[in-house]
Amino acid sequence: MRDSLPEKTLRAAVLAFAALALFAPIAAGLWHSAGAALGHLPALGRTGPNLGPLQDVLAQPGFGTALRLTLVTGFAATLLSLSLAIALAAAITNGPARIISRILALFLAMPHAAMAVGLAFVLAPSGWIARALAPVLGWARPPDLASVNDAFGAALILGLVIKETPFLLLVILAALTQIPLRAHIHTAQSLGYGMGAIWAKVIVPQLWPLIRLPVYVVLIYNLSVIDMALILGPSNPPTAAVFIARMFSSPDLGQIMPASAGAVLLGILAVASIAALWGGARAIGRFGPIWVRRGGRGASLNSLFLGTAILSGALLLLGAAAMVSLALWSLAWRWPWPMLLPESLSFTAWASALGDFGPALHNTALIALASTAISLALAVAWLETQTPSRREALIYLPLLIPQISFLFGMNTMLLQLGAQGSIGAVIWAHVLFVLPYMMIALTGPWRGLDPRYAHAAASLGAGRLRQLWAVKLPMLLTPICAAIAIGVAVSVAQYLPTLFLGAGRIGTLTTEAVTLASSSDRRITGVVTSLQAALPFAAYVLAFIIPKLAHRNRRALEGTAG
Amino acid sequence: MSLILQDICITPKGGAPLFAPLSLTISAGQIGAVMGPSGVGKSTLLAAIAGHLPQGFALTGEINLNGARMNTTAPQSRRIGLMFQDALLFPHLSLSDNLAFGLPAQIKGKAARKAAVEQALAAAGLAGMGARDPATLSGGERARAALMRSLLAEPRAILLDEPFSKLDTALRAGIRAFAFDHIRARAIPALIVTHDASDAAAAGGPVLNLGGQAG
Amino acid sequence: MKRLITAAAFAASLASPALADWQATLDGARGQTVYWNAWGGDARTNDFIAWASAQLEAAYGVKIEQVKLTDTAEAVSRVVSEKAAGQDTGGSVDMIWINGPNFLAMKDQGLLHGPFVADLPNAKYLDLSPTSPNSVDFTTPVDGLESPWRLAKFVFTYDSARVAAPPASMAEFATWAAANPGRVTHPNPSDFMGATFLKQALIELAPDAAALQAPVTDAAFETATAPLWAWYDSLRPNLWRGGAAFPENQSVQDQLLNDGEIDISLSFDPASAAAGIAQGLLPEATRVFVPKGGSLGNVSFVAIPYNAAHIDGAKVVANFLLDPATQAHMQNIEVLGSYSVLDPAKLDDAAKAAFAALPSAPALPKLEELGATLAEPHASWMTRLAEEWAKRYTK
Repeated sequence: MRDSLPEKTLRAAVLAFAALALFAPIAAGLWHSAGAALGHLPALGRTGPNLGPLQDVLAQPGFGTALRLTLVTGFAATLLSLSLAIALAAAITNGPARIISRILALFLAMPHAAMAVGLAFVLAPSGWIARALAPVLGWARPPDLASVNDAFGAALILGLVIKETPFLLLVILAALTQIPLRAHIHTAQSLGYGMGAIWAKVIVPQLWPLIRLPVYVVLIYNLSVIDMALILGPSNPPTAAVFIARMFSSPDLGQIMPASAGAVLLGILAVASIAALWGGARAIGRFGPIWVRRGGRGASLNSLFLGTAILSGALLLLGAAAMVSLALWSLAWRWPWPMLLPESLSFTAWASALGDFGPALHNTALIALASTAISLALAVAWLETQTPSRREALIYLPLLIPQISFLFGMNTMLLQLGAQGSIGAVIWAHVLFVLPYMMIALTGPWRGLDPRYAHAAASLGAGRLRQLWAVKLPMLLTPICAAIAIGVAVSVAQYLPTLFLGAGRIGTLTTEAVTLASSSDRRITGVVTSLQAALPFAAYVLAFIIPKLAHRNRRALEGTAG
Repeated sequence: MSLILQDICITPKGGAPLFAPLSLTISAGQIGAVMGPSGVGKSTLLAAIAGHLPQGFALTGEINLNGARMNTTAPQSRRIGLMFQDALLFPHLSLSDNLAFGLPAQIKGKAARKAAVEQALAAAGLAGMGARDPATLSGGERARAALMRSLLAEPRAILLDEPFSKLDTALRAGIRAFAFDHIRARAIPALIVTHDASDAAAAGGPVLNLGGQAG
Repeated sequence: MKRLITAAAFAASLASPALADWQATLDGARGQTVYWNAWGGDARTNDFIAWASAQLEAAYGVKIEQVKLTDTAEAVSRVVSEKAAGQDTGGSVDMIWINGPNFLAMKDQGLLHGPFVADLPNAKYLDLSPTSPNSVDFTTPVDGLESPWRLAKFVFTYDSARVAAPPASMAEFATWAAANPGRVTHPNPSDFMGATFLKQALIELAPDAAALQAPVTDAAFETATAPLWAWYDSLRPNLWRGGAAFPENQSVQDQLLNDGEIDISLSFDPASAAAGIAQGLLPEATRVFVPKGGSLGNVSFVAIPYNAAHIDGAKVVANFLLDPATQAHMQNIEVLGSYSVLDPAKLDDAAKAAFAALPSAPALPKLEELGATLAEPHASWMTRLAEEWAKRYTK
């Protein structure tokens, strides 16, 4: 059957559609961006190619520092979150892993911008931590400390780690179900190895190929993040992505070309960073066994692992405080230094915001549901027709290139098609980013499903569609619901694609939140970020409840949640 | 009514054939057996006959059922039943819904379908257990239910992939007799792969040894 | 014959040909939704725009959809990309809240519709003489391509509970900061308000302020800014966070003032201190001060892109913004507290009374306290100033 005609046609059709709808626009976007980067922008009467824009951007004061900041914060945040996630995974696989992963889902639901605004308040010299310390240390005024927007990017790294550690942890927990974890741990323990050494020498090497792609995605995200860097990162100069975004929005239109050159440069840097990470992992794979052969039982690693797990616990606590502080701000009227709780409470912010942000709430929900539904259909079509291969990179491409590197060019292309500024364009742009995250969530469970169930159904006369509807989809209900929740969360958090392709006309809670984050009203920001987080929260709660209800009397499926 | 395998050979991409070309004729009501140690490709052979040849394998020779060549027929159209050692009842459906899944759509009407399922349950000694979660059944109950599900689909042939190997020795003979009796009663060809000589003996049909010479 | 009479009666029913045109504009505007691209960082302005939309819909059947920007240049680059794609009609931007460099950029690139200001019936309340701030935007002639809507005058705000005497001049900022290290800062000069802080100092410190009215040259820049950099070098070490980090914009700086991290903030709206207190966004004791030599002032405009889809609707909105009733509503401290752009001498008695009846607040400065209005330097100075600052202090 696999080589019969309809099967082949179906596979080719899905592949062609993916190439046309996912790959072509990004390629066109990169092409236009590269053109502008080389000084070719007919709209401004400039024709290239020349290296002027590249020289211009490199000559910008502080651009070198910005690039260095980007690399330092990007790699530090990625490696830190990875180590923390692994340590945390090791610490909880013997314990209440499922409960903890549910709590962590809340962190995934929290949009980056919202988390950043909350953290900025918790960390600021006049923020929650400083207010708690003030009576002890006798601070009458907030200390003049750079505890956010510090020149090293430490606050930005912290914010990214708090957001990415839960994501990587959930990815790791999912991947661990694909390796015989318990058997390997018991075997190694019987040979005298401690937990730290077992994870470092036995589990992580098996884990790496399974989580490599999500780690790359996190790295690229960290290298190109804008909203979080704007709120928590250094300001003079900022990271390269913010630097470039600022140039794109300069009143001097001539800046579009050096900005494009910077965007392309950032894209190249991103690709080189993936290569560096890949090479680093290869080197460890090559030389690691020398260390393993020495046979150390790794008693010291135990305390290292424990320490890391405790540290990550503290970070998650910080993130929780950020979320709580936003909710409190949304209910505050005045909350001056050095009060630990608001001086006076009011529903004014909620009352005025609910009227003002009704359309944004509506747009956000519509775009999230539509892009998630389309992405789910595409993901299922892909997983049903394609076998694992390098072609899959096609789907992950949007996550492996910084958004700013191709969005300007893609915008130009859409304008030429006359489709810019429509809700359809925004939904489609969201699909580019929602689909790959849903694929990350679905691929493992989908391909891990025993194919003999479908074979059994076929032997009973069930055709392709019935195998899908009556057997695979119900059996995979839990991961599908989880993927839908992830899809909604990813869509709700999108900032640049909504801004660029919606021509600013399609306002969502996230575009409102980022706009408001540049204003001084933390109370309104608190309302919008609470609303912004509420949608994905609701999706996660439903994703948890629906499979529970559907499978309430099905013992074999209860354990597959998460 | 017969299942004829003519010069069947399965070759992995870029590798040597799994076994020498194999020919076997099983007539209606007969239960043929393919014997061999694990890893020799017995399950792959059954998958190929049912139409689920794994990606990266090539099939040569002919699969013929009741005079029709099956090689390119879609699996759901072959009407060849398949039973595995793990009964593979669908975990999201109740026991009776599992059986109803196999029941052809031609049997119409809620009452008629329900009666057919109840009858099959009774025949399998599972009367009154239709609402049960398959995960709560014993191994023997699961095996009987899976066989009834296959038979309800009115297959023209049935393939059994070591269906008894996970059962206790005490249960084994009973379940085997139950299965073989039901298959024989349908007068359809059946093929069992097993590494247990007593299975082949009980089947009583033509027996073929795969890779037996080699080891 | 009958047709002639009808035509004559029709003509007589209109006071002037201009009004006939305006009726055509009103007819064309009915049912349109105007996409007004306006900075969205101020909740009160957003509320005011929503109010205007409701008024306009009731009176003229025109709705406003505010496209909230974090930076006005976003709208400019949107029009540029539309031009790049050859979309010369039906553009996505109908109206932009604009002035200064963004206006200069759009005017230079031929991206604006107009002149249209003279067509607006309410333009009669404006002082449109050649040297009026309504006619010259950062020394660039307006040429009827943008219509005024609110007045901006640069002021400082400070917490009078913590500060007894704020600096009396820009020069005094350096000594004040030396006595109160870490308690003052300014937005990053890549932001409009940050650049304005430098411009305010430049006008006071430059050897010849008149030179700033001409487009900048290398030589003029060097002469004019030498005292500025000397002053700034003595100020910077005593700025908040040692002058190594700066707030992103005015709103963030206001938040620092409210959080008690600094004592002085700044604004282009003299009523913003009173408004901020009323909203719970600034300390109760916040007051306004202006350097003794006066401060920068300019007018905020609205402009219509050349390819706007709803030009008639945009004109109706621009005209509505100039209505004395609208301007009085805007100046109300409980609404926006933004000073009117209309010429008081041209208002009728009813309109004058409406302005006189507006409520007051302790933090609201009287007009005479605001001092002289200093003319904006040519827009090229601001760009150059921001660039030079970045070169010197961004490493």
